[in-house]
Amino acid sequence: MRLTLKIWRQKGAADKGGFVRYPVDRVDGEMSMLECLDVLNESLIEKGEEPIAFEHDCREGICGSCGFMIGGVAHGPMPATTVCQLTMRHFKDGQELVIEPWRAAAFPVIKDLIVDRRAFDRIIASGGYISVSTGNAPDGNAHPVGKEMADRAMDAAACIGCGACVAACPNASAALFTGAKIAHLNLLPQGKPEKDRRALRMVGQMNAEGFGNCTNIGECTAVCPKEIPLEVIAIMNRDYLRASVVRREELVAAIAPVSGWDVGGKS
Amino acid sequence: MNLDSKLPSGPIEQAWDRTRFELKLVNPANKRKHSIIVVGSGLAGASAAATLGELGYRVECFCFQDSPRRAHSIAAQGGINAAKNYQNDGDSVYRLFYDTVKGGDFRAREANVYRLAQISVNIIDQCVAQGVPFAREYGGALTNRSFGGAQVSRTFYARGQTGQQLLLGAYQALERQVCAGTVTMRPRCEMLDLIVIDGRARGIVVRNLVTGAVTTHFADAVILGTGGYGNVYYLSTNAKGSNATAIWRAHKRGALFANPCYTQIHPTCIPVSGDYQSKLTLMSESLRNDGRIWVPLAKGDKRSPDLIPEAERDYYLERRYPSFGNLVPRDVASRNAKSVCDEGRGVGDSGLGVYLDFSNAIQRLGEGTIRERYGNLFDMYQRITDENPYKVPMRIYPAIHYTMGGLWVDYHLQSTIPGLFVVGEANFSDHGANRLGASALMQGLSDGYFIAPYTVGHYLASNKFDQVSGENPQARSAVEEVKQTTAKLLSIRGKRTVDSFHRELGKLVWEYCGMSRTAEGLELAAERIRALREEFWSDVTVPGSGDDLNQSLEKAGRVADFFELAELMCLDARQRNESCGGHFREEFQTPEGEAQRDDERFSYVAAWAYGGPGHSPELHREPLEFHYVHPSQRSYK
Repeated sequence: MRLTLKIWRQKGAADKGGFVRYPVDRVDGEMSMLECLDVLNESLIEKGEEPIAFEHDCREGICGSCGFMIGGVAHGPMPATTVCQLTMRHFKDGQELVIEPWRAAAFPVIKDLIVDRRAFDRIIASGGYISVSTGNAPDGNAHPVGKEMADRAMDAAACIGCGACVAACPNASAALFTGAKIAHLNLLPQGKPEKDRRALRMVGQMNAEGFGNCTNIGECTAVCPKEIPLEVIAIMNRDYLRASVVRREELVAAIAPVSGWDVGGKS
Repeated sequence: MNLDSKLPSGPIEQAWDRTRFELKLVNPANKRKHSIIVVGSGLAGASAAATLGELGYRVECFCFQDSPRRAHSIAAQGGINAAKNYQNDGDSVYRLFYDTVKGGDFRAREANVYRLAQISVNIIDQCVAQGVPFAREYGGALTNRSFGGAQVSRTFYARGQTGQQLLLGAYQALERQVCAGTVTMRPRCEMLDLIVIDGRARGIVVRNLVTGAVTTHFADAVILGTGGYGNVYYLSTNAKGSNATAIWRAHKRGALFANPCYTQIHPTCIPVSGDYQSKLTLMSESLRNDGRIWVPLAKGDKRSPDLIPEAERDYYLERRYPSFGNLVPRDVASRNAKSVCDEGRGVGDSGLGVYLDFSNAIQRLGEGTIRERYGNLFDMYQRITDENPYKVPMRIYPAIHYTMGGLWVDYHLQSTIPGLFVVGEANFSDHGANRLGASALMQGLSDGYFIAPYTVGHYLASNKFDQVSGENPQARSAVEEVKQTTAKLLSIRGKRTVDSFHRELGKLVWEYCGMSRTAEGLELAAERIRALREEFWSDVTVPGSGDDLNQSLEKAGRVADFFELAELMCLDARQRNESCGGHFREEFQTPEGEAQRDDERFSYVAAWAYGGPGHSPELHREPLEFHYVHPSQRSYK
C-alpha cells in the first residue's frame, strides 16, 4: 500500500520546526511503524538527505524508548501497543498519517521526533526506590506478599517510562507515571517504611519539573501501552495527602531540573 | 602472554569466601577519594554503579540511551535462576553449579560457575528487598518455574517481564545514588575509546550524542558493562542500539577477546517476515514448558495445522529426547529446528518455522491458566503476526540471542588491561559454550552487585594513582583518533547506506558462522567480510554532520567495529576444530548428529590479542581444568 507521512522536522531545540510530507510506496502490512520509517529513511539517505531522527531501541515494546503521536494519538490507534509493535496492517492504502513528537514543556524537543525525558529520571531519583543497599536484604521469603497484592504491584510496575501519558494529557501531567511508581512500591510491605517520604518527594519533584496537574481526564491510561490503571493516581493522591498530614520534615524537590547537555569531562 | 586467571586453589565450596578474605579493603574514609567509570547501565553496569556508589566511591556512569532504564536487559522475559530450593525438589548450589557447567558444554571455569551459583541466592533476596514484584503463591511465598533444560523449579519470574523488573530495581538503586550524589549519570554518551596510561585503564573518550562534543573522562578504574555483540548478525533479538564498540575498542587497546565464536541461537523467536525486517522478536523460552513443538511428518505438507492429524505430526524433540523433551537446552532445540526445516518440513510461507502448539495444555489446564502464565506473550505474538495462538499454533524459528564470548577476564573480572573490569554479557566468564535459560540475569547481577564491588576495591587498595588530565599524550591521541574516524565516516559520501552494509554483513555471518559452521565456509566468510569491509570504507554514505545528533553516524561507527569483530568470530570458529554448545562444526558430530567435543585438544579458552591493522590476531590459550564435574558427552535423551 501507499501512505503519506506528514512528519515533524526540527533540527534542534532552538529551531522552529515544521511538517514535511513524505510519500512512502510499498508499505507492507507486516511492517512495524518504525520499519516503515526505516524504509523512508533509507531512501532519504540514498538521496543525501538527513533521515528522520526518532528514538527506538528494543523494538519489542518494553524499553520505552520509542513513541510519537500518530494522528494526534500517542503511539497510534491500537490499544496497548507501542509504535515499534504497531503493524501497518491497521492503516488503509492512501491514508495520510500526521506524525509529531510528544508535546510537553517538560519534554523539550531535541531533534525531529526525539524529546528529552530526563525529568522522568529525576522523579525516580527523588524517591522512586526502596532504600536498601546491596547486602541489606533478608531472605526473599521473609516478608510474605499475598498474590493479589503482588499482582497489583506488578500491574503498576509494568510502566515502561515512554512518556505517552504526558503527551496524551491536555495538562501534560506526569501523574500516571509518578503514580505508577508510588503505587508499585507503596503497595508492597518492603516499601512501607518510606511510604510517606516517597509520596512527598516524588510529587514535589513532579511539580518542580513543570508537568501539569491531573484533572482526572483519563487520556493517559487510554493511550498507555502497558495499560497502567488510573487507580495508581488515586493511590498517589491518597498517599500524598496522608503524608502531608503526618509529615515531620520539610521536603521539596530533591533535584534541580537540568536542560543542557554538558557532560563534564575535558574536550 | 601469560594469562593469569587468578583462580583460587583449595576446595571450590570455600573458594569465593577465601578470596573475599584475601582481597584488600579500601578504608571507608578513603573510598570517596577514588573515582570509577562505569560504561553501560544494564543489569551488570547499573548494579555495579549503584553498589559502588553505596560503598562511597565517586562513580560516573555512561549510557548511550536517553535513560539508564532503557538498557536491553529490560527485554529479558523468562526469569532468573537461584539455588534457593524453595520448591523442595532437590535443588542446591552444587546442582545449579553442575547444571551450568554441563549446560555450557564444559567450556567454562568451574570456580567462576560455582561462585555464580552461590551468589544466586543473595540476588533474589536483594531484588525482593528492592521491591521487584516476583510472582507469588496465594500464601505470599515466592513461586518458581522450571526453565529451559532444568529438571528442578529454580526460576524466579515477574510475569514475562523479569528482565524489566530486575533492571528497574537496579535502575532505581542507581537513581538513589544519583540523588545521594555518589553517582553522576551521563545519558546519551557513547564510549568511543579507552584511555590506557602506563599500562593501566585510566579513562574513556566519549561522544556526546546530542552535541557531538568529544570529551575525555578519567578515573582510577573503568568498568565495562556494555552487553553482547549479537547485532553483528544484523537480525537478532538484541535492541537496535546494542553494540560491541566499547569492548572492541578496549580490545584494540590491549584487552584480550575470548571465545568470540560462542554465540547463542534462541530457539523460540517469531520467524522473519520480509526484507524490511529490522529485528527479531523473542518469545520466552518458558513457553516450552507447556507448548509442544512439532512439524508435519511429510515434506512440503502445507495443510493448515488443524487439518494435520496427530499421526502425521512429528513432535521431534519429544521423539529424540524422551527425558527432556521440549525442554532441551537452547543449542539443541535450535539445531533440531534447523535440521527439520532443512529437510523441507518447515512451516509458514518461508518454510523456516516450526509449530509451538498449546492445544494440549489448554485442554489440560484451561485457557485461563495459560492466559495467566503467558498472556502477555500471547498478546505480543498476536500483535505481530495477527494470529491467535490460543486457537492456532505459534510459528517459531531460532534467532541470535546472546553471545557467550566477550572480553577475557580473570576471577576478579579484570581484563588483561589492569584497571579495566568487565561485567555481564560483555565478558566471557561463566557460560562456556552455551548459556542456560534464566542465567544471564543471574550473571549480570552477580557481577555487578556482589563481585566487582569487592574486586575493584582490591585493585584500588593495591595501587597508587597519579593525577591524569586531558593533556596526557595517550588521552590526546585517543581523542584525535576518535575525531579522525568520525571525520572519515562523514567524508566518504558513497552510495550505500550503513544499514545496507550491516544487513549484508549479518547475512554472511548468519550463513557461515551461525547455527552450523564448516572450515570451508568460515574461510570463505572471512574473505568476503574483508572485501565487504573495504567496500564499506569506500562507498558508505553518512549524511549530516558530527556536531549534533546524528543516528547514521552512530550506526556507522558501530558497524565498522562489527566488521572487524565478525572476522575474528570466523577465525575463532575456524580454529576450534570441535563442536561444543552453540559452536557447531558440521565436521564434528556424533553419529546421532549431536555436538562432538574434543577435550584432548580444545579444553581451553581461546583468548585473542589484537594484532594491529593488517596483522593477524594472536591466539592465547587458557587451559580449562575440571575437578568436580567430569566432562562427558551431554545427553538429554
